Amino acid sequence: MEIQPATKFLHFGKLKPKTVLGMQYFAFSLVFLTIVILFSYVPLFSWSYAFFNYKPGLKIGQMNFTGLANFKKVLDDWKEVARVLRNTLVMSFIGIICSPLPALFAIMLNELSNVRFRKVAQTITTLPNFISWIVVFGVSWAMFSSSGLVPSVVKLFGGSTPSTGILGSNQWVWLFQSALGIWKSLGWNAIIYLAAISGINQDLYDAAKIDGANRLQSILHVTVPSIVPTYLVLLLLAVSNILNNGFDQYFVFYNSLVSDRIEVLDYYVYKIGILVSDYSYSIVLGMFKSLISILLLFTVNTISKNLRGNTLV
Amino acid sequence: MQKAKLRLSASEKLLNGLNYLLVGLFTFLCFYPFYYIIIYSVSNATEASQGIYLWPRGFTLELYENIFQQADLIHAFTISALRTVLGTILCVLASSMFAYLLIQREMLFRKVVYRLVIITMYLNAGLIPWYITMKMYGLKNNFLLYILPGMINAFYLILMKTYIEQLPASLEESAALDGAGFFTKFFKVVLPLSKPILATIAVYSAVGQWNSWLDNYFLASDKKLQTLQLILYKYLNQAEALANSMKNASAVSNATAVSNINPTNVRMATIVVTVVPIMLVYPFLQKYFAKGILLGAVKG
Repeated sequence: MEIQPATKFLHFGKLKPKTVLGMQYFAFSLVFLTIVILFSYVPLFSWSYAFFNYKPGLKIGQMNFTGLANFKKVLDDWKEVARVLRNTLVMSFIGIICSPLPALFAIMLNELSNVRFRKVAQTITTLPNFISWIVVFGVSWAMFSSSGLVPSVVKLFGGSTPSTGILGSNQWVWLFQSALGIWKSLGWNAIIYLAAISGINQDLYDAAKIDGANRLQSILHVTVPSIVPTYLVLLLLAVSNILNNGFDQYFVFYNSLVSDRIEVLDYYVYKIGILVSDYSYSIVLGMFKSLISILLLFTVNTISKNLRGNTLV
Repeated sequence: MQKAKLRLSASEKLLNGLNYLLVGLFTFLCFYPFYYIIIYSVSNATEASQGIYLWPRGFTLELYENIFQQADLIHAFTISALRTVLGTILCVLASSMFAYLLIQREMLFRKVVYRLVIITMYLNAGLIPWYITMKMYGLKNNFLLYILPGMINAFYLILMKTYIEQLPASLEESAALDGAGFFTKFFKVVLPLSKPILATIAVYSAVGQWNSWLDNYFLASDKKLQTLQLILYKYLNQAEALANSMKNASAVSNATAVSNINPTNVRMATIVVTVVPIMLVYPFLQKYFAKGILLGAVKG
């Protein structure tokens, strides 16, 4: 099974052995490249169904060519699309507003003098990142459903919770879902900042101390400036992902009481495609989402290039 | 002067205490929900519904004895475990071999191939195109649906490539002088040296496999292919039916068991069964997770 120059066996004419080796490597890489093409590029061809009235089972020649009719649907359906975009953007913006939290948490962890406590805290707080949204839903149900722990504790202290439970509260859904997102990812997202902090030159802290800085001042003037570049990179990436809230979370937490505010773009693509079975229109929506995201990525990449002389991707 | 210094240290102490308190509080918020679910699932159902906070009430494992007799659940557990093991092995092997190929300077179109893979990180065709394509490949209700599409992951490829590139070239060169070809070098030199990054990728891939359910939900309606995650989702949405069927099943063998089975604690126990594998391995593998995110950050 060794790949070795095969010139001895085959007639490659005047090709150098090195070129032949290069060709063999390329041929071998085609095995893997095929998989990439099959699962990441071939699906893109389905975008062409956006111009047809797609019916499962039919060949493309048998479908009605509808031109831009599916694109016009976005306008006809604008009221719904606007609502879904509102939900998408509101939740993305809450996420962006809260984006300094992991950095703050990393600083807080770093300030803990008890190493054992810090390690335990770090391990436990990263755990939620590694469970599925279905499990998060199960946990939230155990905590927040009307028979769950939180309402019963609140009642114990004489308070009251929304009668539908917070899982069924349209009023709270944006904040609640955002809070869940933070709960799940805070500890994990802090790791990258912890690394940035551990890379700070200790001399800077010593110098600050000599200048009479207390701990808070050395955090503000040494630690924070050192992690700002990392923060900016992640912020720009978050901006480019403004339309991609993900699907899992909103799918599992969906119920008819909160449908008005929980339907984000990713959910709507599913709803139109799978529930309404309007494949072509769903493809159009998905296309817009992907193309706008790529455009945003290029934009923030250019911004980053001009700002810090370094591209993101 | 003395006084000012004292006040300063007092306020620092306060800040320090506050810091411990806040970190402790968030840690508690990440820990307690799981703890609550576990103690609920091992409590007597009637006592548990009256409220439990710190310790199980009327400790019993009856529920688990019953749950582990559910053929559905056992089967789903097996499917989840299978896709995790097979998917991870395949993914680690393919990603590392591909990465090693991509650092061979002689390779033709090396840059083009690499770019084609990297672009996939940012280019997403969307749900329906994915659905149509998978169906076209005949992956509907096919176990391969779980392991083939994720076989090559651009992010893992970057991690692997970055890691192999910084390995000392001399070892490979001396192996080449001994007449070792691509595969010998890969299996005998590169893989043994790359254990840390292989572990990182394996851990990522395994968690991803264990947690994934969208493929199952959309394309594998066949009960034989049901994963643990999806069964949990179903239980969470329709636990009544399940509890009844379990009651009926257990009533035959053990009349007293009936009282301890209701939708609430069946859900709790299923959550535990789904999370515990991750909770058990996670603390030991944490360093590999961190390594991945850091290596990725260097490149990304």
